[in-house]
Amino acid sequence: MLPAISFQSVSKVYPASGKPGSTPLQALDDVSFDIQQGEFFGLLGPNGAGKTTLISILAGLTRASSGHAKVYGFDVQNDFAQARRHLGIVPQELVFDPFFTVREALRFQSGYFGLHKNDDWIDELLTGLGLADKAKANMRQLSGGMKRRVLVAQALVHRPPVIVLDEPTAGVDVELRQTLWQFVDQLNRQGHTVLLTTHYLEEAEALCQRIAMLKRGQVIALERTSTLLANAAASVLHFKTDSTLPPALAAQARVTGRIVELPAYAADDVERHLSALREAGVRVEDLEIRKADLEDVFLKMMGATPEAPPPAGRADLAEAEA
Amino acid sequence: MSGQSYAPIARPPLQAVAAPNDGWKMLLKKEVLRFWRVAFQTIAAPVLTAVLYLMIFGHVLSDRVQVYPGVGYVAFLVPGLVMMAVLQNAFANSASSLVQSKIMGNLVFTLLTPLSARDWFIAYVGAAIARGLLVGLGVYLVTLLYAPPRVASLPWVLAFALLGAALMGALGLLAGLWADKFDQMAVFQNFIVMPMTFLAGVFYSIHSLPGIWQRLSHLNPFFYMIDGLRYGFFGVSDVSPWLSLGVAGSALLAVSALTMYLLNTGYKLRG
Repeated sequence: MLPAISFQSVSKVYPASGKPGSTPLQALDDVSFDIQQGEFFGLLGPNGAGKTTLISILAGLTRASSGHAKVYGFDVQNDFAQARRHLGIVPQELVFDPFFTVREALRFQSGYFGLHKNDDWIDELLTGLGLADKAKANMRQLSGGMKRRVLVAQALVHRPPVIVLDEPTAGVDVELRQTLWQFVDQLNRQGHTVLLTTHYLEEAEALCQRIAMLKRGQVIALERTSTLLANAAASVLHFKTDSTLPPALAAQARVTGRIVELPAYAADDVERHLSALREAGVRVEDLEIRKADLEDVFLKMMGATPEAPPPAGRADLAEAEA
Repeated sequence: MSGQSYAPIARPPLQAVAAPNDGWKMLLKKEVLRFWRVAFQTIAAPVLTAVLYLMIFGHVLSDRVQVYPGVGYVAFLVPGLVMMAVLQNAFANSASSLVQSKIMGNLVFTLLTPLSARDWFIAYVGAAIARGLLVGLGVYLVTLLYAPPRVASLPWVLAFALLGAALMGALGLLAGLWADKFDQMAVFQNFIVMPMTFLAGVFYSIHSLPGIWQRLSHLNPFFYMIDGLRYGFFGVSDVSPWLSLGVAGSALLAVSALTMYLLNTGYKLRG
């Protein structure tokens, strides 16, 4: 079976802007991987890692400097019409056409694909995404969350086998996130391939069967989600403190305000951390041991380099790529 | 990385829904609806402007100027004003639609579809023709209140109106591709389209100009479109209608070829 999506040695260099001191930017460097039909695939990376460039190349919005991207075997440049018929993309930016209603926007989008009598599916999308009562509303009248739902509906209106969601839940409320994931999960169960980029790593962990991590334009990890988690620290020692950590612990700790998290690969590690804290006279509160999650894996993979800042704390994730 | 050898999931493969490659029809419909939704601004306002020109210039100059024998000045103005309305509105339609979509970001909806460069061209220029002809017809109907109806050759009238609208629709598309903001589009509109229209003989015959200006007018393709339409109305014109047809047709071909080239290369649309 053909891969749903195939990236073959894709590189992208943005030329220098021409301003003094500007240099060419290598946004992608020899990216190669396949996504199989029916997969729910996550593409993760910090800001500037090249996720959106890669998706833009897939969508035909940007041309690769070298290499090829294919959708169901169709080259996105040489066979763009067939590639785009197989692809539905939810863009990151909240864009809309202010002249038209929700239903009109969906009919137009459907018509661009040659589907002129598609109202049954449009009704299904409107219902599934909680937009049924907004069908006659002008796009300008919708809230941000509702506009995001319409973007999803527009991406799905031609029933593409492959769905690409570029930060679909950035800045939207919990209700929409749940509605959206239920809907997308249902589509995935029906056989649709889903490629997701998100800053909500718990979403990627819960939904994605496989994950690729990008850093500075290169793929640095490509694994099943379960394998990634298994390779990470088994547990994390989590506590709050106002004290300064001893240097040996500070070097491996993730500190967010008063919260400190230390990786623990085995029970001995927990004991060692606790005794080091005791010896340093560090007062700890709310001590607990939790299982390592994808965020721990992500941070470990990315390292703490200035070019690759860790994802924002869970509270301010929505602002991360605003 | 072991993920490279991921086993396919055992589900029936999905395929894209088969459909005809006629998405241009929907893009054309959307572009027509776009200007129709704001018809006061896109149709009624330019008709009113043209009628104001007719009233003011006609009132001031009707007793002083006679351009063609047996044709009053007000009647002489009508085809020029009709063509000016056709040209300016056809240009404005495709240019403003594209620039607005670029600025608002909603052009991405069209960029993500299987629409080809040819589909884009047909839809944008088609909608520009529709608006240009609608406004031109509106101007003509209102001028009937001031000048008796007079059409010497309907085929010539239709040929030049259609040609002019298509040329300016294509030029508007070109301007829309080039411009990244309304300010840049205004440069095209106010420093190229407007002067070339006004200097093309809307309000006068070029025979009333000094020699050098007459020769310069012959370099202006807009002159041939206005003069050709005037031939359709009165059966007389400054130059042969066939020459006008040839120049306007060649200009249309040249602008269309350049616009299609830019669309095919994704100029300022696809990075």
